[in-house]
Amino acid sequence: MQKNMQRNIKPLLGDWLVVFAGLIAVIFMFQQFWRFEHASKLKIRQGNQVIGTYDLNQVRELQIHGALGDSHISINQGKVRFKQSPCNNQYCVHQGWLSHSGQVAICIPNQISLQLMGAKSAYDSLNY
Amino acid sequence: MIEAVIPSPLPGVKPGIANIVTLFVLFQYGFATAAWVSLLRVFASSLLLGQFLSPTFVLSLSGALLSLAALFFAQHLPKKYFSAISLSIFAAFAHIAGQLLVVWLWLIPHTGVVYLIPVFALAALVFGLINGLVTLKLIRPD
Repeated sequence: MQKNMQRNIKPLLGDWLVVFAGLIAVIFMFQQFWRFEHASKLKIRQGNQVIGTYDLNQVRELQIHGALGDSHISINQGKVRFKQSPCNNQYCVHQGWLSHSGQVAICIPNQISLQLMGAKSAYDSLNY
Repeated sequence: MIEAVIPSPLPGVKPGIANIVTLFVLFQYGFATAAWVSLLRVFASSLLLGQFLSPTFVLSLSGALLSLAALFFAQHLPKKYFSAISLSIFAAFAHIAGQLLVVWLWLIPHTGVVYLIPVFALAALVFGLINGLVTLKLIRPD
């Protein structure tokens, strides 16, 4: 009975081929679509104006004056973070290091945003 | 239908139990009947759940249409090597491709949708395999 049941639902040769082809396709898709590009540039905005664009491949500490006070931003060889912020909730600081192209960290109380950019700029929004 | 009640662990990922019925009908009664069953199911369930002509309905319809198209071609594969499991996996991939196409072209025309493709493809493979095994069990009772 048990043996009979197993024979009945036994996959055929072609089924194995399909399963393996599907598996390879899925792995390929994960590699293809889940690849994050490392950022090379950083754009800092305060309010509605761009403070500046900085190279990420350096070690540098910045102090940007915002609505509440000075935000301390540190750049460290390809990554960037809010090191210190005068805001209450400290969400921007807790976001930690950013390194992928297209990532952003925004401090709304202090009106400062960091935007990472790669070799080619990714879409941040599309109108439709 | 029943799936609408069962909570899903991941939004958008469902086992697609209805595909088992489509496959079963395809093997027992042929392609034309399977197409009727599949499309009528889409209309009937959307009417009953109150989703007729809503985005959910369009997603369901596009998935069903593409998966029927895949089955139309796949049914001619040699039966000696390809069983219901292959057909089920093809149909599952086509189903998700049809849905993602509608999502991308109409609902969320944003490049961020591509991040979801691997997840859905993996789900299609796993549930396609499971549904295929269930269908095999149904059409070859011992």
